[in-house]
Amino acid sequence: MPTHSESDAAIAEILSAHAHLEGPLLPMLHALQEAFGFVPAEAHEPLCKAVKITRAELKGVLSFYHDFRDHPAGKHVLKICRAEACQSVGGTAFAEDLLAKLGLEWHGTSPDGKLTVEPVYCLGMCACAPAVMLDEKLIGRADTARVEKAIAKVSA
Amino acid sequence: MKIYVPLDSAAKALGADEVADAITQEIAARGIDAEIVRNGTRGMIWLEPLVEIEQDGERLAYGPISEGDVAALLDGKIETLGKVEDIPFFARQTRLTFARCGITDPLSLSDYEAHDGLKGLRRAIGMSQDAIIDEVKTSGLRGRGGAGFPTGIKWDTVRLAHAPQKYIVCNADEGDSGTFADRMIMEGDPFTLIEGMAIAGLGCGATKGYIYTRSEYPDAVAIMRRAIEIARDAGILGDDVLGSGRAFDMEVRVGAGAYVCGEETSLLNSLEGKRGTVRAKPPLPALEGFLGRPTVVNNVISLATVPVIFAEGAEHYANFGLGRSKGTMPIQIAGNVKFGGLFETAFGMPLGELVNDVAGGTASGRPVKAVQVGGPLGAYLHPDQFETPFGYEEFDGQKALIGHAGIVVFDDSADMLAMARFAMEFCAVESCGKCTPCRIGAVRGVETLDRIKEGDASAIPLLEDLCEVMVDGSLCALGGFTPYPVLSALRHFPEEFAAQKEAAE
Ligand SMILES: Cc1cc2nc3c(=O)[nH]c(=O)nc-3n(C[C@H](O)[C@H](O)[C@H](O)COP(=O)(O)O)c2cc1C
Ligand code: SF4
Ligand code: FES
Ligand code: FES
Repeated sequence: MPTHSESDAAIAEILSAHAHLEGPLLPMLHALQEAFGFVPAEAHEPLCKAVKITRAELKGVLSFYHDFRDHPAGKHVLKICRAEACQSVGGTAFAEDLLAKLGLEWHGTSPDGKLTVEPVYCLGMCACAPAVMLDEKLIGRADTARVEKAIAKVSA
Repeated sequence: MKIYVPLDSAAKALGADEVADAITQEIAARGIDAEIVRNGTRGMIWLEPLVEIEQDGERLAYGPISEGDVAALLDGKIETLGKVEDIPFFARQTRLTFARCGITDPLSLSDYEAHDGLKGLRRAIGMSQDAIIDEVKTSGLRGRGGAGFPTGIKWDTVRLAHAPQKYIVCNADEGDSGTFADRMIMEGDPFTLIEGMAIAGLGCGATKGYIYTRSEYPDAVAIMRRAIEIARDAGILGDDVLGSGRAFDMEVRVGAGAYVCGEETSLLNSLEGKRGTVRAKPPLPALEGFLGRPTVVNNVISLATVPVIFAEGAEHYANFGLGRSKGTMPIQIAGNVKFGGLFETAFGMPLGELVNDVAGGTASGRPVKAVQVGGPLGAYLHPDQFETPFGYEEFDGQKALIGHAGIVVFDDSADMLAMARFAMEFCAVESCGKCTPCRIGAVRGVETLDRIKEGDASAIPLLEDLCEVMVDGSLCALGGFTPYPVLSALRHFPEEFAAQKEAAE
């Protein structure tokens, strides 16, 4: 865990690296989330200063986008596609089965903190559906066994 | 010897990286002198990973290849599919926008130029702004993002606007289920998009471009960013585009998981760092777009089609197609099909031919029940409508839309009431919140469909009224078009919405 001043310095560095952009807020938030795994509350004030918005405006932005978190997710994130092309090849039953095997609900994190499961609407894998994305690795024509194997592999 | 193993993320999702690794090891172990090229996909996803081996001037395809097949492949024990160009699914296509995709190394500029890349931009550099816009108008190109608005007219509005800074924004937010053409071209032929945006910049007098894409597309982001660096180093982007004395540069921005940010004004808000709420029009983004300045917002495929129009001439492009739907469309065949993938063809092919012949019917082997065209806001079409030619006006006539040209096929196990419910649920989840009929109406829609499912037939007229309110009272097509899938399911499959209770008993 970085200390307070270390994370303050890291935050300042991320913000200044993006300050020259037109519309810098989303790139800053992505970079913060990349560095910390979520957007830390300590970053709120410097963010508001850097892009000249109010706290309420920042809250509005953070709550609008599904991607930004205010607390860490599990070590690995599994996104399961819920959209139509995946449904057309049994995606709904597949997702239910997978969630049951993992003992998790949508948006749930395993007690050991290893895995968070999230719904996603289309991964662009619609010609090899159903699809999931484990961290940044995609699995097409997914089935429960293959996904469980992939999870075991990354968490080994 | 060259061995091609696609780097496209669909190919990777089916094991292409593992295949490439196995080939690397195997050729090293055998001392074979071979170069591995990571190409884009040819678009025949059911054959992925599709490996091609080029030897003695012949390039032969093998697929699908798994890690375990690699030894046999190099032993010559796997039967070839022949040349990709001779595979029926491929041979039937007219590849203009996707002409290079899958053939070249996506990040090789010399490959790009060897296959007619930069021809269009070089020609555009010698043309006046007027002439550039006229060329686009003559081509008949219409926006491939969904609405089908004439691209040349949009560009002209931006060209004529007076402002110290104008922008070209590429909409690469591709959120529609059943679509992947934007992803495929960004991963497989990124320079085409860069070239198209540079031509747009020259034509409109814009010197800065942005590609706004989705966080779900990390590979496309990485490849596009690398391609932009390469193009900048080669003087294609920068202060002096190919020695023209004119500037154009661009960067990639990543969204944050909001479907509505594909709507152009929501996208612009997001790009500015705001909530992705939809802006009322007017003002048009062409006049007051990014940071309030004149901005072209075009879909990836619209922009990636511009180079071939300039390379081959507008007339050549306009000669393909049907009526006011000119040129070709990269149709994305998805869902429950035997042959899924990207099929670029002139407008006009009947839907049934696409579904039954090109796609080979369902993967499950069961009868086709319905086809959703145009993503989550697109109608479900019934096989009775299969004669409809693939074109903007023709689909409109069927109370349907082609949108970004994704077609998702369902077999007879599909539950159409559940699909209608999903459409409402999706709208509720993704609504930007600005209009009550969309934000609240979609939630009521889910509840109403649940009542119908319980056997309450009196809820059907309520659903119809609700859809009417959504159509009339929504600012954008999320709320305004969600009724398309809902009402089409109701109209074409009424038996699934009636007397559910009795059926269950
Ligand atoms: C809810 C919603 C989502 C949209 N998503 C996209 C998208 O992902 N990509 C896209 O190009 N257009 C999308 N559009 C259409 C855009 O608003 C806009 O019409 C398009 O980017 C214009 O480019 P074009 O003329 O080249 O098609 C969407 C529209 C709506 C209402
Ligand atoms: S229809 Fe829905 S998504 Fe579109 S502007 Fe209104 S509330 Fe936002
Ligand atoms: S619908 Fe699931 S990947 Fe496109
Ligand atoms: S707020 Fe848009 S309809 Fe009421």
